[in-house]
Amino acid sequence: MSPQLEILLIAITVAVACSLPGAFLVLRKMSMMSDSITHTILLGIVLAFFLTHDLSSPFLIAGAALIGLATVWLTETLNRTKLLSEDAAIGIVFPLLFSIAIILIAKYAGSVHLDTDSVLLGELAFAPFNRLIIFGYDIGAKAIYSTMALLLINLVFLIIFFKELKVVTFDPILAAVLGFSPTLLHYSLMFLVSMTTVGAFEAVGSVLVVAFMIGPPVTAYLLTDDLKHMLLLSALIGMVNAILGYYLAVVFDVSISGSMSVMTGLVFFLVFIIAPHRGLISSLRRRSRQKLEFGKKTLLFHLYNHTVTENEKQDTSPHALTAHFHWDKALADKIIGILLKEENIFIEDEVVKITEKGQKQSKMDYESLFAE
Amino acid sequence: MEHVINLFKDYTFQTVALGSGILGLISGILGTFAVLKKQSLLGDGVSHAALPGVVMAFLLTGAKDTEILLLGALTSGLLATLFILNIVKHTRIKFDSALALVMSVFFGLGLVLLTYVQKIPNSNQAGLKRFIFGQASTLLQKDVYFMTVCGAILLLLVILFWKEFKLFIFDAEYAKSLLFPTHRLNLLLSFMIVMGIIIGLQTVGVILMSAMLIAPAVAARQWTNRLWVMVMLSAFFGAVSGISGTAASSLSDKLPTGPAIVVVVSCIVIFSVLFAPGRGMLQKLIHRKNMKLLLKNKGGGADVSST
Repeated sequence: MSPQLEILLIAITVAVACSLPGAFLVLRKMSMMSDSITHTILLGIVLAFFLTHDLSSPFLIAGAALIGLATVWLTETLNRTKLLSEDAAIGIVFPLLFSIAIILIAKYAGSVHLDTDSVLLGELAFAPFNRLIIFGYDIGAKAIYSTMALLLINLVFLIIFFKELKVVTFDPILAAVLGFSPTLLHYSLMFLVSMTTVGAFEAVGSVLVVAFMIGPPVTAYLLTDDLKHMLLLSALIGMVNAILGYYLAVVFDVSISGSMSVMTGLVFFLVFIIAPHRGLISSLRRRSRQKLEFGKKTLLFHLYNHTVTENEKQDTSPHALTAHFHWDKALADKIIGILLKEENIFIEDEVVKITEKGQKQSKMDYESLFAE
Repeated sequence: MEHVINLFKDYTFQTVALGSGILGLISGILGTFAVLKKQSLLGDGVSHAALPGVVMAFLLTGAKDTEILLLGALTSGLLATLFILNIVKHTRIKFDSALALVMSVFFGLGLVLLTYVQKIPNSNQAGLKRFIFGQASTLLQKDVYFMTVCGAILLLLVILFWKEFKLFIFDAEYAKSLLFPTHRLNLLLSFMIVMGIIIGLQTVGVILMSAMLIAPAVAARQWTNRLWVMVMLSAFFGAVSGISGTAASSLSDKLPTGPAIVVVVSCIVIFSVLFAPGRGMLQKLIHRKNMKLLLKNKGGGADVSST
């Protein structure tokens, strides 16, 4: 396998492996927890390094994953005191743990190559240099196997506990009533998140793990309401981001992981604008339609109430209406135009009057508004 | 003791301590509003999002002056904030997801630009990374002046819009019904927070800036229910931790300044959460114990369950 293909394969695997637990983070409103974990695992790595004195030891990964769990626990404990809000708890725990890690590195590990840059920034382009050699045979880059294992674990966990995760995410109280332990499942999911983070950050750097975890699920969230579809879509979007990002990086000769996260942003932006039902365009359209609907109803109600009063002219000339509702002229003209076309109103001597059809319509609107 | 006295006579120390103190003061004041608005993590997001702006400013001008780089950082920080606010406004995506997404994408863009800059021959980009990760010990007197001026402007804005901010933070709907321009107030406040963060970037760095914004305010919140007392206390905690963090890092060998400041300010938070009168954990424990005693002495015994 050529190094290019290996890099691409690793990128795709990481993207898919990250997006699966990421979907649950987004749904559980815990997106920033992934950011927090990506920073604090540095402390786990440092502590495990002090115990083992070996930078390639698997205990480093175990230590990092454990600190990830500890971060979640600390944040939630702080949050449970009700003395501060959840986001503030995150913002206190992770800088503290991260600072301790940096101080430890600066004071005691100055001579080893364990600088913050390599942890935070990571570079995918170097992944193929690290080979996995079994019985003297070179069977490919190490990262391929580690990320594949990660993906497999995530997949198996999700498939086995799909039903439980679904209930816990959308209705934790029901889950508790049904006899699943929301806490246990929550921490299993968090363990998965921190393990995925540790596994992925070696390849792509810790900040970009956040882009991989949150980006595809958030994009998919704009496209579907179904959890299964959302998981499939986020895996797919993650894959597309990885491939496009890789080629972007090749063309401009820049950081691969960086350009993959830029691609994540671009794809999200595109979906954000054009997504059916939930995108920017349809949101703006819906709002203006609702504004018109509301205007039409308001005008009809107003006319309905004022047709019999004496100062009819004062109340229902187009000018008075515009001033009365604080509408600008364009909006008022539009609404009156539509209502005229629908034959709900007619204009006589510069006075807007309601037709019989309009009265019926207004009554119907009223009944539908105040129906039980 | 002699060390400490010598330290305070040291010119470099005076500059750095003054800079960190002022930074703590500013972020303490602005952090109060961020924390009360439940947007504490905006600091974290914006400080990451500043990276592409810094590199872009360097790419366009070739200069490494603090002011120009800060201007770049400010621009991209504000852009990120606008993106976040608009995503939240127009879709069902929650604030934290929008923040995480925008932040990581901007940081990725920054990395892309950074690797691009490194390929340009003759470009001396060595200072850029330091700018991002913060290096308080390189603060110059010029930087301190700059911080003081920006801080004074921000402080003036807070005093000018005190009534509006107070109303907006505690009851945005009411403010809207009184015809205050809440949307513009929100933007102004976000702008001020972003500016405060950007000023702090080169002292404590991207990651630790969020702690400087949140921690003093959270600590201050435990001691009072009044906004102006909270702002004062928060500014005080921020300044104290800035100065004592710098002192600790100067007295101890190989202790980086930014993390030292964060550890100090976190200790203040822990102390406040545990021991603050009224709200603190200790008070709660004592209260609970007293209630239990009261129940035992006056509330009768096991007869509750038998009825």
